[in-house]
Amino acid sequence: MLAGAALIPGAAILESFSPKALTLQWVLDHFKVTESDLRKIMAIALENGGDYADIFFEHTLDNMLVLRDGKVNSTSSNIDFGVGIRVIKGDQTGYAYTENVTLLDMIKAARTAAKIANGMAGVKASVIKEYTLKKNYYSVISSWEETGVKLKKPFLEKINDRIFSLDKRVSRVIVSQTDTTSYILFFNSDGVMMHDYRPMGTLGATCIMEQNGQIENGRSARSFRMGAEFLTDDLVETISQETVKQTALMFEAIKPKGGEMPVVMGAGGSGILLHEAIGHAFEADFNRKNTSIFSDKLGKKVCDSSISVLDDGTIPFNRGAVNMDDEGVLGQKTYIIKDGILNSYLHDRISAKHYGVAPTGNGRRQSFRFTPIPRMRATYMENGSAHEEDLIASVKNGIYVDNFTNGQVQIGAGDFTFFVKSGRLIENGKLSHPIKDINIIGNGPKALADITMVANNYKMDNGTWTCGKDGQSCPVTCGMPSVLVSKLTVGGE
Amino acid sequence: MITKEQKELARWAMQYALKKGCQQCRVGIYSGSETSFEVRDTQLDKLQQATENQMVIYLFVDGRYGSISTNRMERRELEKFISDGITSVRFLAEDPARKLPDPSLYFSGSEASLALYDPNFGSISADEKLKLAKAAAAEIYGQDSRLISVSSGYGDNESFAYIIASNGFEGESATSSFGVSVSASVKADGDARPESYWYDETLTWADLQKQGVGKKALERALRKIGQKKIQSGKFQMLVENTAVRTIISPIISAINGSSIQQKNSFLLDKIGQKVVSEKMTLIDNPLMPKALGAKCFDREGIATKKRNVFENGVLKTYYIDSYIANKLNVAPTTGSPSLLYFDNGSYSQQELIGKMTKGIFVTGFNGGNCNSSTGNFSYGIEGFLVENGELKQPVSEMNITGNMLGMWSNLAEIGNDALKSSSWQLPSLLFDAVDFSGL
Repeated sequence: MLAGAALIPGAAILESFSPKALTLQWVLDHFKVTESDLRKIMAIALENGGDYADIFFEHTLDNMLVLRDGKVNSTSSNIDFGVGIRVIKGDQTGYAYTENVTLLDMIKAARTAAKIANGMAGVKASVIKEYTLKKNYYSVISSWEETGVKLKKPFLEKINDRIFSLDKRVSRVIVSQTDTTSYILFFNSDGVMMHDYRPMGTLGATCIMEQNGQIENGRSARSFRMGAEFLTDDLVETISQETVKQTALMFEAIKPKGGEMPVVMGAGGSGILLHEAIGHAFEADFNRKNTSIFSDKLGKKVCDSSISVLDDGTIPFNRGAVNMDDEGVLGQKTYIIKDGILNSYLHDRISAKHYGVAPTGNGRRQSFRFTPIPRMRATYMENGSAHEEDLIASVKNGIYVDNFTNGQVQIGAGDFTFFVKSGRLIENGKLSHPIKDINIIGNGPKALADITMVANNYKMDNGTWTCGKDGQSCPVTCGMPSVLVSKLTVGGE
Repeated sequence: MITKEQKELARWAMQYALKKGCQQCRVGIYSGSETSFEVRDTQLDKLQQATENQMVIYLFVDGRYGSISTNRMERRELEKFISDGITSVRFLAEDPARKLPDPSLYFSGSEASLALYDPNFGSISADEKLKLAKAAAAEIYGQDSRLISVSSGYGDNESFAYIIASNGFEGESATSSFGVSVSASVKADGDARPESYWYDETLTWADLQKQGVGKKALERALRKIGQKKIQSGKFQMLVENTAVRTIISPIISAINGSSIQQKNSFLLDKIGQKVVSEKMTLIDNPLMPKALGAKCFDREGIATKKRNVFENGVLKTYYIDSYIANKLNVAPTTGSPSLLYFDNGSYSQQELIGKMTKGIFVTGFNGGNCNSSTGNFSYGIEGFLVENGELKQPVSEMNITGNMLGMWSNLAEIGNDALKSSSWQLPSLLFDAVDFSGL
């Protein structure tokens, strides 16, 4: 029945605070738990013989502000609050969560999760130790909780005005700003106790232009793990310029003739190639289950030895940064490919144990409603030595692409795709006509092996990338220097 | 079910918001519970159980609008949250189009007649559920040497909603759903491990398919072995019922009122015009009993009704909620589709394949997108090459590219195999002259 709805008389009120004051005691108080409660819950979680258990508290506040038809005229806010309790036995997981953090509700959830094991209690919870984060990759100057609508609103208005001022063809503009603040408290049966404060800000605009009866749209957005200092006039200018440029380009662009051809992937957002073509296939859950096309490739050469690919949770203020992942493993930098050799999968605790290696800090979850699974953070390729012009000059007939909206991959078959919002034809080694709205499809291992040139112009794309897997969304980023892929299948007519 | 206490809390929240400065207010309480079991090969991999609750409050303050939502139901917290919400809304610009719908549009009555909730929901034991998940995988585990991995899952949920509005709406709904799914990975040439799945989803436990889901998943995975791309060209395209949603979604987005109001649609100003093949008669009937997606009222409380979206290729309606209706100065319809189906399908999938001389039977899309302003699209595909009515070769790593209105104008035949395990009960569809790019 409706356990979560309980109207607890006298339950204390949640209060916001300044992040500078964040201590473990403050976080424990915030979630109304004591160390003694946590020990009780942990003992119950392990009472049927689980090998490991963890408790993940989350309190998240989301705000959104929208400008439409010239005015900032709608706002929404959401609070999500709860605790997830996980018990692991071998590769098996029992999971339950509750939106109420009373001891009674948490014990009930622990009993449910404990059902995954069906023996006697074996493992005993270790003594609690507070682990402090080594580094804070997203320290905040002005918290979003202290930043009201009044302060945010002018930035949306400025973008609207700037976009209209940049091009007479603009007919409609929508600007949206969102911010998220999460408080996390984590405790596991190894005795690890950690907490994290996670900010996120995003700002984006879409504009519609009309020209001789033709309509086109374009979008630009930025996202960082930052407080309200994220909102600046420079950001307003960047987003406005990009939105207008992107939309205007669409009027000139054509669809190329489809088929197999060389593709130069421009620096930045082309990192979507890494995310789709290899990143997912290297997530260790797929490999543990033997369902990835890269399942037997660890330690083997998978591409040119000049190529190294990383997945990194330590880039300051990056949308994919994690001080700790969602199972208490510190944020870190993982070489997926080092000098052309498949160096490491991306692990959560379950897959790390399965493979007998240390977890890589990739155990992430959308919220306390979900179990952690291996997920990417910021995925990028290191610089090569070529110049982008040389890559383009080497192509007789092909395309150059640099702006993308979405991608997908089939982990087992290896086929991946990404949708190109805009780019250019390459004819006789030179960039020519703009192109738009085409899908590119390739096969992961083949595409990786077909990267023949890597430029020295690495760039991170700080757009609003969100990765979906098993019904969970996670904020990520991707980046890359320009590369030449000698053969991909390009959509066209 | 929504409890008496929850209803009281919703009424209290509405009164509190009105007292604090709202002229109008709507409150929704949503609650539910879910259970799931995942099995890998023969072993339970994961079990999960949860219950959850949410309150959403729509605030209409001095001609301004905002919404707040929370899963914290404690009154003192709600008081602060509502007051802060109202303060935020007061900083916004006025928007005269924001107001509650005209009460004459509200649904009044009981949704119980649609029978969307299985009264047996609470009486099915965890053991029975787990047994079903295990049996689904066991159907195929160890049955084929090419099978590398089997995952199966059982999941169910019940969800309840209670919505009240300060100008007189009160509505309640209850739905349940049960699902079973299996995915199978098989060894193919080289390192490739093609995967496929099958599933069933129903509103009642009794209707859920208890056998055959695993077998179908394996069959679908095995038939992918040997996938390759073929020469580019313009061919017929048969899209399997499970995949049609991808190519009809851009059409539905294009008739969404918000896209129309923003002039960001390739179906702008097209009501009453023949814009696609006359074979296309698409119906939205939210009032179909015992069907996924059915409902008597939308999220604003507006009574739903059956309507033709396309009739013999002529566009008949846009999806317009009360906000967009006020903006465009038209009558609202409803904000989004509920239960879509085609009217006139007459061929089985096999008969449709039989009608193809050369084409591709598309069984799945892989990525891709559609430009919402122009309707230009490009999607990755996999499926089978069909020649003279026979499947010849599994294909993958190809794209289709074109324009939505162009493609839907080439709709040639409609299948009679509407997918009942989805709220959009779409059939397999045959199109002429689609651009495929491969080699």
